[in-house]
Amino acid sequence: MTRLTAEGIMKRYFRKAGEANFFEAVGKTDLTLEGGEVTVLMGRSGSGKTTLLHMLGGLLRPTEGRVLLGDTDLYALSDAALSRLRNQRIAVIPQGRSAVETLTVRENILLPGTLYGEAPADMSVAADQWMEALGILPLADSRTRELSGGELRRMAIARALCWKPEVILADEPTGDLDDENTALVLSLLRKTAAEGAAVLIVSHDDAARPGADRAWRMDAGKLIPMDG
Amino acid sequence: MKKRSLPLRNLARRPVRTALLILLVAFQALAVFGGSLVIFSLRNGLQSLENRLGADIIVIPATARSKVNPESLFLQGTTGYFYMNRDRLEKLENVEGIERISPQLFLASLRASCCSVPVQVIGLEQETDFVVQPWIARSYGRALGLKDVVVGSRVSAAVGESIRIYQENCPVVGKLDATGTGLDTAVYCSMETLAHLLDAARAMGHDLQISGDSAAQVSAVYLKVKDGYDVGKVTDDINVHVRKVEAIQTRNMFSSVSDSLRSVSSVVVWLIAAVWVLALMILLVVFAMMMNERKREFAVFRLLGMSRGQLGGMVRTEAVLCGAAGGLAGIGLALLVILPFSGLIEASLGLPYLMPGAGMIAALGGGTLALCILMSALASLGAAVRLSRVDPGTILREGNG
Repeated sequence: MTRLTAEGIMKRYFRKAGEANFFEAVGKTDLTLEGGEVTVLMGRSGSGKTTLLHMLGGLLRPTEGRVLLGDTDLYALSDAALSRLRNQRIAVIPQGRSAVETLTVRENILLPGTLYGEAPADMSVAADQWMEALGILPLADSRTRELSGGELRRMAIARALCWKPEVILADEPTGDLDDENTALVLSLLRKTAAEGAAVLIVSHDDAARPGADRAWRMDAGKLIPMDG
Repeated sequence: MKKRSLPLRNLARRPVRTALLILLVAFQALAVFGGSLVIFSLRNGLQSLENRLGADIIVIPATARSKVNPESLFLQGTTGYFYMNRDRLEKLENVEGIERISPQLFLASLRASCCSVPVQVIGLEQETDFVVQPWIARSYGRALGLKDVVVGSRVSAAVGESIRIYQENCPVVGKLDATGTGLDTAVYCSMETLAHLLDAARAMGHDLQISGDSAAQVSAVYLKVKDGYDVGKVTDDINVHVRKVEAIQTRNMFSSVSDSLRSVSSVVVWLIAAVWVLALMILLVVFAMMMNERKREFAVFRLLGMSRGQLGGMVRTEAVLCGAAGGLAGIGLALLVILPFSGLIEASLGLPYLMPGAGMIAALGGGTLALCILMSALASLGAAVRLSRVDPGTILREGNG
C-alpha cells in the first residue's frame, strides 16, 4: 500500500537574503499519509496548510527534512525524475484557478497523460465518466475561461481523479462549491481512498472532517492532532 | 491533443501579444535582410562595373568635362558626346607601357520622334575592342553588321526588335547582362554604324561639333597597360606628352564610388545594429513581462508534471515560432520593397547597384531567418530560466491567502 511520509520537514522564508531574520511557515513536522485513508488537515488561513501540502506534493523544497513516497526521497530526485513521478503518482488539486486556458475542459483533464506521450484512447472515456460524475460533462468542449469558479474546481478534481494517482493532495477542494457539490466531491475523494489512494484534504470547512481516518489541525505552522 | 501542439495554441490564444512579437522580429528581419541586400547590391554593382570596364586607363578629349562628367556617363547613364581626332590614337600608341588600345565613338540619341529612346550610343572598333566585345560575345557570337546593335539590359527593346536612332532602324541582335550602372542604358554598335548614325544626325541638323569626316573621330580611347608598368605613371605620361587629351585611371574613377559605397555601407550597418539592439531589448522586456504574466499557467504545467526542461522547451518553441514567422514576414516585406523599387534606390543612391542572384538572395534570407530564430530563442531563454528556478508551489501560493 502506498505511503507518503514527511520526516522532519520545515519551511523557512528568509526576509532578506543572507540575514538571520526569517519567517517559519511550517515548523518541524512529521506526517504520514497511508494508502486507503483520508487525512484531513484543518486550520485558519495563513497557518501553513498549503505550504505543507506543496512540500508533500514535491512542489516546494523544504528548508529541512525529507518527503518519501514509499522509499523514494522526492527531493533527492532530479527535476525531470520528480516531475515525472508527480505526473504519474501524485495529484495535487491546488487552490484557485488551475486550468490551462488554451485548452478545453476535456483537454485539461487529459493534459497530464499527454506530457509523457499520448494519452491512452480509453482515457477519453474515463474523462467523460468523471465529468459526468461531477456534473460538468456538458462543458467538456468549452473553453475554461467560460467556466465559473465551482465548475473550474470540479474540473481540477476530475483531472486529479481521472488518472488514478497513488496520492491525492487536495487544497480546499470544496472552496467554491455549494453544499450539494461539496458532499459529492468529498464522497468521491473518500471512494478513491477506499480504492487504495492516500488522500489529504486541506480545508477550513468542517464538512470535510466527518468520515476522515485522521484529522490534524495546523496552527502557526505547527501540526496538532485533532480528537476523534 | 498532443503536447507539441501546446506552443501553437498558446500563441493563438493571445493574438495581440503574438502579433507584437512577430512584428518586432519582422522589423529586425527587414532591417538585416533589406540592409544586407542593399549593401550586396552596391558591392555587386561596383564589381560588375570594374569587370565591364576592363581597361586601366580611359582617355577622353581635354574639353570633354565641359560637356559631361565622364563618371556620371559611365555610372549613371547620363547621355553625352565629345569628340577628338583619330590621330590621337597614334600618339597614344607611342606611349611606353601600352599593351592594348581601342577607341570608342559616342552619340546621344534624343527624346524626340527621330529616336525610340534617349540613350548613349557607343561605337566599338571590333578589331581592337577588348572592353565590351567579351560581354557582347555572350549574347551575340558574331561581328556586328551595319546598323546592328546590342543593347544594355535596361534598354526597352528585345532581341529581334528594332530601335530607331536618328530615323535609322537598327535591329537589336543581342542584349547584355545587367551591370547595375549607366552602361545598362547604352546601345552598342560597330564604328561604321556609329559613323553612319552621326552622319544621319548631322543631316537632320544636329550640331555635334564635329569637324570633318565622322569616321575620323573618336570619343574615348580605352587602354590596357602592360604587366610591370605602373598605371599611374603611364597615365601621367599621357597627360604630359599627348596634347588635347585627359587620361583617367579607371581605378581612380571607381575610388570615389568605393568611398561612397563605404559610407553608405557603414550607415546601413550602423542602422541595422541600432535596430537590432533596440528590437532585442524590447524583445527581452516583452518576454520578461510575458513570463511574469504567465507564471501561474507555467506553475500549473509544473504541478501536472511538466519538468523545467519541458517547460523551457515549450517557451522556446513559442519563441522560435514567433522568430520564424517574424523573420519570414520581414524578409517578404523587404523583398516587396526592394525588388520593385531597386531602380529608385539606385537613382537615389547614385551608385552602381546590381541585385545579387537568386542563390545569394536565398542565402541572405536563410541567414536572416536563422538569426531571427536564434535571437528570439535567446531572448526567451533568460526569462524561462529565471521562471523555472522558482518552486511552482511558491507561485501557486501567491494570491491564495
